[in-house]
Amino acid sequence: MSAMEHTHNDVHAAHGIATHAGHDHDHEEHEHHDTFITKYIFSQDHKMIAKQFLITAVFMGVLAMLMSIVFRLQLAWPGRSFPILEPLLGKWAPGGVLDPNFYLALVTIHGTIMVFFVLTGGLSGTFSNLLIPLQVGARDMASGFLNMLSYWFFFSSVTVMMISLFIESGPASGGWTVYPPLSALPQAMPGSGLGMTLWLVSMALFIISSLLGSLNYIVTIINLRTKGMSMTRLPLTIWAFLVTAILGVLSFPVLLAAALLLIFDRSFGTSFYLSDIHIGGQALEYNGGSPILYEHLFWFLGHPEVYIVLLPALGITSEVIATNARKPIFGYRAMIASILGIAFLSFIVWGHHMFVTGMNPFLGSVFVFTTLLVAIPSAVKAFNYITTLWKGDLKFTPGMLFAIGLVSFFITGGVTGIILGDSALDINVHDTYFVVAHFHLVMGSATIFGMFAGVYHWFPKMFGKLMNKKLGYVHFWISFVGAYGVFFPMHFLGLAGVPRRYYSNTEFPIFNDLVDINVLVTWFAILAAVGQVIFLFNFFYSIFKGQKSPQNPWRSNTLEWTTPVEHIHGNWPGEIPEVHRWAYDYSKPDREEDFVCQTEPLTEKEVAEGAH
Amino acid sequence: MTLLVLAVIVLFVIAATRVMTIYNLSAELRGGRKDDVITEAEGRNQATLWVIFLFAFMGFCLWQVIKYKDKLLPEAASAHGPEIDNLFNVTLAVIAFVFVLTHIVLIYQLFKNVSTKGRKAVYFAHSNKLEMIWTIIPAIVLSGLIAYGLTVWGDVIYAGAKDAQVIELYSKQFDWTARYAGKDNTLGKSDFRSIGDGNDLGMVTDKNGDDDIIVKGEFHIVKDKPVNFKFRSRDVIHSAYMPHFRVQMNCVPGMETSFEFTPTITTKEMREKLNNEKFNYILLCNKICGAAHYNMQMDIIVETQEEYNNWLAEQQTWTQKQAAAAPAPAESSAAETTTPADTSKTVTVSEPTAQVTVSESKH
Repeated sequence: MSAMEHTHNDVHAAHGIATHAGHDHDHEEHEHHDTFITKYIFSQDHKMIAKQFLITAVFMGVLAMLMSIVFRLQLAWPGRSFPILEPLLGKWAPGGVLDPNFYLALVTIHGTIMVFFVLTGGLSGTFSNLLIPLQVGARDMASGFLNMLSYWFFFSSVTVMMISLFIESGPASGGWTVYPPLSALPQAMPGSGLGMTLWLVSMALFIISSLLGSLNYIVTIINLRTKGMSMTRLPLTIWAFLVTAILGVLSFPVLLAAALLLIFDRSFGTSFYLSDIHIGGQALEYNGGSPILYEHLFWFLGHPEVYIVLLPALGITSEVIATNARKPIFGYRAMIASILGIAFLSFIVWGHHMFVTGMNPFLGSVFVFTTLLVAIPSAVKAFNYITTLWKGDLKFTPGMLFAIGLVSFFITGGVTGIILGDSALDINVHDTYFVVAHFHLVMGSATIFGMFAGVYHWFPKMFGKLMNKKLGYVHFWISFVGAYGVFFPMHFLGLAGVPRRYYSNTEFPIFNDLVDINVLVTWFAILAAVGQVIFLFNFFYSIFKGQKSPQNPWRSNTLEWTTPVEHIHGNWPGEIPEVHRWAYDYSKPDREEDFVCQTEPLTEKEVAEGAH
Repeated sequence: MTLLVLAVIVLFVIAATRVMTIYNLSAELRGGRKDDVITEAEGRNQATLWVIFLFAFMGFCLWQVIKYKDKLLPEAASAHGPEIDNLFNVTLAVIAFVFVLTHIVLIYQLFKNVSTKGRKAVYFAHSNKLEMIWTIIPAIVLSGLIAYGLTVWGDVIYAGAKDAQVIELYSKQFDWTARYAGKDNTLGKSDFRSIGDGNDLGMVTDKNGDDDIIVKGEFHIVKDKPVNFKFRSRDVIHSAYMPHFRVQMNCVPGMETSFEFTPTITTKEMREKLNNEKFNYILLCNKICGAAHYNMQMDIIVETQEEYNNWLAEQQTWTQKQAAAAPAPAESSAAETTTPADTSKTVTVSEPTAQVTVSESKH
């Protein structure tokens, strides 16, 4: 142990990084007595924290998915009684029929859980934590302690949100964007009472968690790269995590500001967002505020958030596709440039969520311009993925299938963004099911598939076991068909003018012809949900009884596969390996093996050819 | 019942675990579990599944288009509508082309390059030429779409006809009220503190408001005559969505928004086109606003000038409404007297608490 500490310090010294005494002290204490609590609960080991994030996210994902099935039942068969709902939801489904207020609550919490807890916390929390130290060649995160705090803030945030499901007036129900005044006034809907307060508290905790995590990721990537690991030798996963973390650090504080002002308006009588309101037979005192201010603040986070969600999934996909195509990722530098381009643009497009709010039409034009530009780096990414497959030697592992699935969703969901980002077209599809279809494909399905690709691919690194591939195949095909079956038909609902967040479409005769779309969608949703049971079984079964994994099961180049299968604190038993080449030397000509680990020195011939 | 369900689930999990263990044991006997190696046969199977998926998926998309194309919104019933629809069709053609082409290429690659024994991938790391091609082509296509889109946006949003008829659409949980500006085509002032019985919109004393006409349930507009809608909200954000006219604008408490357009097809004509006697244009709420969000609607009748004039003649102006309310029993006269009282309050902006007691006593 002490020898290892020694190496640890050496490496720090070699990098010219001042090691603070406090850090090393923590470290030592940790190594010497690993109790159950320090190992599994208040762990400061990035690999354990990654697993904590993943398992929390899996549970939250299951919950959000079940919620979606409940409201899908109501949408397909409005007003029909489902006897199973009453014992499950009690007063929220009297006689087995979903209550309209609770319908809105379900939609809201489904969105909140999916966007924040699964796709942000779950995805970045799992894979940034697992892969950053392993792939850059570090013993752990820059601060193991902050990393631990990050998880426990996340856990508290989840807990507070869960508590809000069990209160008298129900959880927040103004939609996941919680626009005031609806979310500010308990008179407007029951969910805007205590439920909304808890939502805001939960979000504040979540933002703290996200910031602690992101700062740690950035510092680790910038400072703790092993010898030889230049920025242009980093795997694209790390580039994606880095840019994601920067986006998070720049945009989440704005959400915190928005949430704080909303808390002030709700609890302390300020008027940041409220003015001229008469509700429940009373004229309220608020004066001079503007709900549009909230929308600006919210979407200033909200749009980068889309990429906070998506970029890690794209990074994972780059890695999984290159590995299983046995080819270098095509256009490595163009991939980095497109990540940076997307990230930059993501900060100047938020107004496309607000074309019809009454925002100045000229400002709308500016946002149309910046928004449609996003399609260019996105197109580059899609074409580069496809070219990576060209003349490859494709190994269809379950991870690979999910990565390809992401590419498909990214295209299908991405192209409709060109319609929604065009203000003139947005007038008629804004807030309809067309939007629901768009973002569930490009942000929801694509990202979830990226996450699944990551889980199947790095499961051996997390648990030392392999997941069953046959169950993986079944899981993939059911999910892929299910997701398209759910979200593709929604485009047509949107084009028929059906608004989102409607408890039922039965009040409008013009929507009567569309009932069978909703039935079809719900059946596909049920199919997809059943598919996830296969995943859950495979996941938990394989943790305990999966096939023991070899050290480098996918014959991959990156550093994480040079660590032993059994987890050790500090990742490498001996010295941290030195890196000599980029991460994508797959199928290099004149070599017997079709992969060359990053630790392998360049041959003279390679140097002569200009490799670096 | 619940216990039974739980018991079934638990038993199912146990059974699945057992089956899995047996399967794994038999796999060991057959020569080891190989979850890290994809055999050639498995690769081929997956590649075939992808091809089947391609055909099934494209077939599914096509089937959906055919099945639902007549159930989507009918032709636009406003002057700017066809412009938006054309832009939509052009954009859709571009993206449908990209969508189909990329999927065919993607899945063809999957099928063609599946791993076989002795196969080696081609080391092809980048090509500036290719990358330039697929940066520049999307850039050109998008420039075209941006230019086209902004032209349409400009036409739609800066309509600005001089003789547009002014109508206010006032939203609250969970209904709409329309207010016509009357002969002077100017809406009377209003104040949310003046809202009370008989004064849903918070009208205050203002001569511009005397001829205003307030209607609920349905409102009428004239074919080929521009209308300038002003939107207000009493409580939370609503969104006035009139899908048949390709019109949508949020109604935001504390500010006024607007949208101007010209209806071009009367309700009667549209009913004939759609062969549906019961068809009505509708205004619906498209921003989540509470429990009855899904049922916040108003019918819109588009008609000829003559029909419109007849309808309008039957409606009472604000002054007439108040006069009609005056001789009625005690309650409504109380409502009437509150109006001037409220006005004085608006002028002096006195304590809202006093206002609250007034409105509460009336309920």
